Amino acid sequence: MKEDVRLMKGNEAIAEAAIRSGCDGYFGYPITPQSEVLETLMEMRPWETTGMVVLQAESEIASINMVYGGAACGKRVMTSSSSPGISLMCEGISYIAGAELPCLIVNVQRGGPGLGTIQPSQSDYFQATKGGGHGDYRMIVLAPASVQEMYDFVFDGFDLAFRYRIPTMILSDGVIGQMMEKVVVTRNRGRMSDEEICRQSGDWALTGRKANRQRHVATSLALEPAEMEATNLRLQAKYNEIEQSEVRYDELMTDDADYLIVAFGSSARIASETVQMARKKGLKLGLLRPITLWPFPSERIADLAARMKGILCVELNAGQMIEDVRLAVAGQVAVEHYGRMGGQLFTPGDVYEAVQEKLLKKRRH
Amino acid sequence: MAQKQEEVQIVPENRVYGRPALLTDRVMHYCPGCSHGTIHKLIAEVIDEMGMQDRTIGVSPVGCGVFAYNYIDIDWAEAAHGRACAVATAMKRLCPDKLIFTYQGDGDLSAIGTGETIHTCNRGESIAVIYVNNAIYGMTGGQMAPTTLVGMKTATSPNGRDVKLHGYPFKIAEMIACLEGVRYVTRQSVGTPAGVRRAKKALRKAFENSMEGKGLSFVEFVSTCNSGWKMTPVAANQWMEEHMFPFYPLGDIKNE
Repeated sequence: MKEDVRLMKGNEAIAEAAIRSGCDGYFGYPITPQSEVLETLMEMRPWETTGMVVLQAESEIASINMVYGGAACGKRVMTSSSSPGISLMCEGISYIAGAELPCLIVNVQRGGPGLGTIQPSQSDYFQATKGGGHGDYRMIVLAPASVQEMYDFVFDGFDLAFRYRIPTMILSDGVIGQMMEKVVVTRNRGRMSDEEICRQSGDWALTGRKANRQRHVATSLALEPAEMEATNLRLQAKYNEIEQSEVRYDELMTDDADYLIVAFGSSARIASETVQMARKKGLKLGLLRPITLWPFPSERIADLAARMKGILCVELNAGQMIEDVRLAVAGQVAVEHYGRMGGQLFTPGDVYEAVQEKLLKKRRH
Repeated sequence: MAQKQEEVQIVPENRVYGRPALLTDRVMHYCPGCSHGTIHKLIAEVIDEMGMQDRTIGVSPVGCGVFAYNYIDIDWAEAAHGRACAVATAMKRLCPDKLIFTYQGDGDLSAIGTGETIHTCNRGESIAVIYVNNAIYGMTGGQMAPTTLVGMKTATSPNGRDVKLHGYPFKIAEMIACLEGVRYVTRQSVGTPAGVRRAKKALRKAFENSMEGKGLSFVEFVSTCNSGWKMTPVAANQWMEEHMFPFYPLGDIKNE
């Protein structure tokens, strides 16, 4: 059969993938640069085909709490927003993590802090990987670097969310959300029937208390310290398991590299050009692109660091992922940062210059 | 000489009243005299009488009602403070065959959750909203609520609620009654046996509306908080009649 290849925006790919991944409900609120997700869904009217619910909420706070309600019923539910909206959702994300519910959250990042700018940024790395909301919780964070990955990660995100009963985030940015690329539109799975929900989530989902089982309660409350600690220990055990099993990354010319760039998402796209540029000039530069920002590919970075002369973290922020890279490298080699902020981008040439300045020149001194 | 009473064996066949089947054996944490226990009992009875136990999901609030899930034997979600109506919205949209209701106090529903409450009402979601208004924050230790009456002393209005400082008490039921998506708004109380009987009918109507997809039903319970008000149960009931009812009059506000 001929491949179904379409030209679409990253945000449109999220909407298309939502319907095709058997999503039961999308709840969102308009914010630039991701409003095309909700717009595309409203245009496509999936409630007439798959029965998927699409609802424009009155705020991001309402959106994430609708996600909480849907997820508690064992449904495949999601929301999307951009940085300031995700800040509003952080309380709800903490509750979802605490109640161990599965869901998908898409953040098409823009520059901050505050109202900031509508231009792209990667300055929500800390928020996505270190919490944002209160309490010791984690989200699985997937960082797409293409429109195809925007599409694919919706499927992967739902699968991971349900495998571990954990909120999963696609951490994208205004570049990937707004640009158009070819997408191979694959897969088309239906929504889960009530029977499938009972099979998959029968021991926790709110499906109505039947005579043959105890009542189910979705809650993150445990006033007894012993009970609350037990909840935390259970969460930590789950997070350990995810760190063992779900790390994903991509590499470019690392085999013989002397110097390494670590970059994710749109920065990694730009930096991959820098690697090509450097190779033409005889500089052995490689790229490691974390695909999961949590769990972070710490082990692989530590292995690579052992044979590098220098590492540059390239990010559209003031230096956030660099903290995780340095923790992984543990002093084996110098780790420097290069970034732009406030919606500014760098070119492959800018990154090449930064490699020269921050890795090669410093080394000679 | 006293007549020897005929011994009556209590067996299920001759029992005229009992504990509702859907109330669990768990001892309630509510203070003696608090309205929550009676309201819980009515909800349990109505769900049971409608035969809806296996198709009902409740959403509990943050506040004294947070542990409602320990007492009524149905599936529950515990919502973040104020967000119960948003949680319930998604549940009803995704599971239209279920009976979905929220159970919220006045701090939860008409302070921090005002936005979610108003917009859920305005969308006309076919859920039932149960609103327990005792004019005070009970669980956090008796602070002023939006519903606190003028002059009423609380932990954060120690000299009595002053409108210049705190604004006026909030009648959210009257406010949402103007919204087109709202089908039924009523204000009840469980301070007397007659009130309990009326309240049960109101709950049944709200739940039936939800199942018939008729839009949102809102049942407010003007309630006591003995601990927060620092009164005995009897005095609190009397105070409720003398001060709460004139400002929050009982009866249907909207019934279409």
